[in-house]
Amino acid sequence: MRKQFADTLLCEMKKNTSILLLTGDLGFSVFEEFMHEFPNRFFNMGVAEANMVGVAAGLALSGKKPFVYSIAPFVTMRCYEQVRNDVCYQNADVKIVGAGGGFSYGVNGPTHHAISDIAIMRALPNIVVVCPGDPVEASLATIAAVKNKGPVYLRLGRNEEPVVHLKEPLFELGKAIELRKGNDASLISTGNMLNNCITAAEKLSGKGIECRVVSMHTVKPLDKSTVLKAAKETKAVFSVEEHSLVGGLGSAVSEVLAESGSPILFKRIALPDKFACKTGSQKYLQKINLLSAESIAETVLKTVETGH
Amino acid sequence: MKQLIGFWKGVFLTEDIKAVKENALNIRRKVVEMSYKTGASHVGSSLSCADILAALYFSVLRIDPKKPSDEKRDRFILSKGHAVPALYTALALRGFFPEKQLEGFHCDEGTLWCHPTRGCVAGIEATTGSLGHGLSIGIGMALAGKLDKKEYMVFVLLSDGECDEGSTWEAGLEASHLKLDNLTAIIDYNKLQAFGRTNEVVNLEPLSDKWKSFGFSVREVDGHNLEQLMKALKSVPFEKNKPSMIIANTIKGKGVSYMENKLKWHYKSPNDEEFKKAMQELK
Repeated sequence: MRKQFADTLLCEMKKNTSILLLTGDLGFSVFEEFMHEFPNRFFNMGVAEANMVGVAAGLALSGKKPFVYSIAPFVTMRCYEQVRNDVCYQNADVKIVGAGGGFSYGVNGPTHHAISDIAIMRALPNIVVVCPGDPVEASLATIAAVKNKGPVYLRLGRNEEPVVHLKEPLFELGKAIELRKGNDASLISTGNMLNNCITAAEKLSGKGIECRVVSMHTVKPLDKSTVLKAAKETKAVFSVEEHSLVGGLGSAVSEVLAESGSPILFKRIALPDKFACKTGSQKYLQKINLLSAESIAETVLKTVETGH
Repeated sequence: MKQLIGFWKGVFLTEDIKAVKENALNIRRKVVEMSYKTGASHVGSSLSCADILAALYFSVLRIDPKKPSDEKRDRFILSKGHAVPALYTALALRGFFPEKQLEGFHCDEGTLWCHPTRGCVAGIEATTGSLGHGLSIGIGMALAGKLDKKEYMVFVLLSDGECDEGSTWEAGLEASHLKLDNLTAIIDYNKLQAFGRTNEVVNLEPLSDKWKSFGFSVREVDGHNLEQLMKALKSVPFEKNKPSMIIANTIKGKGVSYMENKLKWHYKSPNDEEFKKAMQELK
């Protein structure tokens, strides 16, 4: 996803001179072209995220459209107050790009995992929180972020995530995309869980359970009507995310369902409320945390069969 | 500080530069091997600080691998956590855990992350990995030592890149305000950070003067000259009531000719041929 983001942003920068890219000393093998193409619009701000976000706010308040980039936890948590006061409170046109959502940074460990970022970012007023489901969505989300005139948090994968969308979907911030039809259960996915959800749905289809799969790429503002439609038209709803159970997509979806008075069978498929303890790659960490396609299918099957 | 070494009678600490040098070489060999076998990044950053770690662990730190939680032990924090292969190796060579445990590095179902986690093996004093945290934690440990009238010293190794972080300078202000002369910071100044040369990314110079003006007693050394390193590390505090700062001028990737001073070795791991060449050079 990181590459698609970079390629798309480069194109957008050629068209729109107000776009700037600021990085917190990251982007080796990804941003070299920006350096050469736009020496006056690309800034390596050093390992200094708090300052970088404050500077971005100042640039935005002076008519620029800065994108700030770092590893997801560093560009959200390290500088959270700058994001809140300087960017969100002033509704500044700053795009915060976090590479490495979830366990993308695998063996680098919990300091580099982003499993609480959705929760804290969606707690802030004015910001749009976008977690593209595949490289196609990453590219479309980048274009949408440019068009948007306020704060956006763009949560990217870091690795070569598989392409899920075989043709370009209609992409609008705040509007979920339905990728698969089905009325037995709904899988509402955000970020890189999209591919696992599709695979899980195919496995379940073999067992006679037809799943609707929705890419909820925008967690804030949440597409409530798609959630309520799923609760109305299917027999069970599952939220799926590579993020903590606390405060992420699952929380957002359950808030909507609870307040609607819907009696729907609902379950959050997410990470437990703890730091990863065994080391491993993203794939391994997904597996032991029951986020593989197989585990998702099993959870859905068991829940649908037992009714809880 | 020499008399304090006697405090740790029976615990291996050497004045023999040759012995420390050999350990530095062994750290380098293991670090390259770990990167080769697992594909781990940051081999350049680990090689850069191999001599500093060898000096600390074999000649300076009053620590007993048999009593890793001894209240009187000196503390070391690797604030530049990405160089942890060098720290894991130093700890293993020093006897904190069997070398075989290094196999748990950077693999599925393993035990050793690519950044230090307190408690993952004996001897890791603090969890780091996001830059700009170690000096503050070190202040806390040094302050506790002062409050409890303990004689231990606290050493924190920073990267030059993390001197970009505001928190590093917040810690700098506080350490001298609190007159923590039991705290020593070391900067592994290889002048090459994650995405460029330090003087091109955010210029740190004049670095010594900056730390002096923040109230540190500063010395500059050649970070690959063990004599200079050991001498400086053993003469802290340089001044009473002041934290000490050792600016160690180093070379990223030191010891492997084709890695030296090359940005790509912040990320890359050696292939078969490169590994062989590195091992030939590290003899």
